[in-house]
Amino acid sequence: MSDSNEIYQKDSIFPPPLVGGKHDFHSVTEAICGVVEKPLSINWLLALGFSSTFLLMLVASIGYLFWEGTGIWGLNNPVGWGWAIVNFVFWVGIGHAGTLISAVLFLFRQKWRTAINRFAEAMTIFAVICALVFPGIHVGRVWAAYWMLPLPNQMAMWPNFRSPLLWDVFAVSTYFTVSLLFWYVGLVPDLATLRDRAKNKLAFWAYGILSLGWRGANRHWQNYERAYMLLAGLATPLVLSVHTIVSFDFAVSVIPGWHTTIFPPYFVAGAIFSGFAMVLTLAVPCRKLFGLEDFITLRHIENMNKVILVTGTLVGYAYAMEFFIAWYSGSPYEGFAFINRAFGPYWWAYLTMVSCNVISPQFFWSKKLRTNLTVTFILSIFVNIGMWFERFVITMSLHRDFLPSSWDYYSPTIFDVSLLLGSFGLFFTLFILFLKFLPAVAISEVKGVMPQADPHWEGYAHKEAH
Amino acid sequence: MSEKETPPNEHWVFPKWHNKIPLIFFGVIGPVVTIAAIAGVWYYFSPKFTDVGYTPEQPVPYSHKLHAGELGLDCRYCHTGVENASSARVPPTQTCMNCHTQIKTDSPKLRKVRESWIENKPIEWVRIHKTPDYAYFEHSAHIQAGVGCESCHGRIDQMVEVGLAEPLNMGWCLDCHREPERHLRPTSEVTTMGYTDAQRAEFLASDEGKAAKESVNPPQHCSGCHR
Repeated sequence: MSDSNEIYQKDSIFPPPLVGGKHDFHSVTEAICGVVEKPLSINWLLALGFSSTFLLMLVASIGYLFWEGTGIWGLNNPVGWGWAIVNFVFWVGIGHAGTLISAVLFLFRQKWRTAINRFAEAMTIFAVICALVFPGIHVGRVWAAYWMLPLPNQMAMWPNFRSPLLWDVFAVSTYFTVSLLFWYVGLVPDLATLRDRAKNKLAFWAYGILSLGWRGANRHWQNYERAYMLLAGLATPLVLSVHTIVSFDFAVSVIPGWHTTIFPPYFVAGAIFSGFAMVLTLAVPCRKLFGLEDFITLRHIENMNKVILVTGTLVGYAYAMEFFIAWYSGSPYEGFAFINRAFGPYWWAYLTMVSCNVISPQFFWSKKLRTNLTVTFILSIFVNIGMWFERFVITMSLHRDFLPSSWDYYSPTIFDVSLLLGSFGLFFTLFILFLKFLPAVAISEVKGVMPQADPHWEGYAHKEAH
Repeated sequence: MSEKETPPNEHWVFPKWHNKIPLIFFGVIGPVVTIAAIAGVWYYFSPKFTDVGYTPEQPVPYSHKLHAGELGLDCRYCHTGVENASSARVPPTQTCMNCHTQIKTDSPKLRKVRESWIENKPIEWVRIHKTPDYAYFEHSAHIQAGVGCESCHGRIDQMVEVGLAEPLNMGWCLDCHREPERHLRPTSEVTTMGYTDAQRAEFLASDEGKAAKESVNPPQHCSGCHR
């Protein structure tokens, strides 16, 4: 590790290689498939057991919620939206990094995306699953959840297409579908690799069916590349649209502190910010545990830290502009909402948000700090905490509404907490299963960015023949 | 051929007939199952199938056909709340006995009515028409607006045993709340059975009918009924 560290910290006009170590095509396959093919380890089982305990807590809490109703949460009269929406926006936001890495960076030919896109996309899908839990359960009467969809019914009832909450249903479900397809299409060649290497019948059949008869033929590759490009094109607008529409949930209302035009770009920046932080939180330990340091190199980590620095600064700018406009608008209600945010009963949440989201990414101006794994890991966790608090602070704008007699303070109950922790259980359970049963790094794509893939690579014999 | 030379997986590909799976699934099985599911839910889950025709056995074989149809009793003689209360009310035994202390005093069919009267215990009629607790329904508002009994309850004058004639689901309520003129009549005619479309057309063309069409604005928003 120490000498590879030096490569990345040395100033050079040439970027360091995308694949570290001395790898050829075969050793790449061996290294990545090896993670999947190794027998189950005790540590993996312990991790799965630990996270699925939290998953069980989620299931039990949801069961109790359905039995008892949303009264088990800390909701009160001005604060009709509690942790359910906070958690929903938090998880949807995390999903954004996956789409940005997989689609936008692909269209911009950013080759460094190849090593991290697979598990960033997996993270997206699992985060969106966690996010979808909350709108599904926040209705309290889950058997009425289908009312969110335009289905003909005996009540002659139809969704209100003027409501941003309905746009949200479409935005998030489209996002989930496209992300899943994109992820799966990218997986097909690697699933075929696993099928060809399978040692037992079950793995052979499972990977065989999932790889859709992929044989690596020229025509397969042509169709694959075209499909991948089209899906990247489809997914790119979603990076911007999904969190824009999530922000409309707030911005289209007339609550001071929510009703602002800055919300869509500010939410998108925040989403990418939190998503990259979560990718780093997962990548830093995973590359170590599964020996993927040669693929997810410090160059990748550093690039992601730069994205965090940019988006974190954007988010800080948005916080400042909210205050500026609150003053500049001359609206006393808008002004009060922001003074109350920073100095009211929730000052502690505001302080947490600002210090985690605005101050912590500024450390990444230093090259030394942004190539330091420990610092990266700690700061990425700070950003995750800060971004949860951002959604909490925004939602808690409700607690002092227009009518001072109904002002109240939202305190979470044990079930608010168990659902949040439980959603982490769901997320990590899915992620741990993914790491064991699917290739965590896109094998075929990584090979494509290696020097050997270049026809002019000096290792080829024809060079000497010139 | 030994296993070592050619492992079973090496050159294995799906047999050619697998190419037909998407066609069979998306072209045949998928549409058939989808259409069957939609049609099945549409028909069998509809309140028209599940609720209409519900005709429970009542403790006393009271015939609406005889009383309301052949004898021509007005609905309001027994259902006294219908004009001024939310509930139309089921009549107490005393209402039956207004007549049956004089007529058919020893009919075996009326044994339970007499017992109820003597013991001062109400007859336990089985309820047929019921809106859910979360739906606010007011009989008087509908009667005052000129919606006839038969619009919701059907031809009671032809029913020996009363059954549910209409589905009473929300979509059914809204059908009328959106086009009330299709069920309006003069308030003097609300209890009439067999009011014809020709009569309605004549009424709606009159000044009184035009005024009624103007003034009747049934709510279509959620809290109109879910208060």
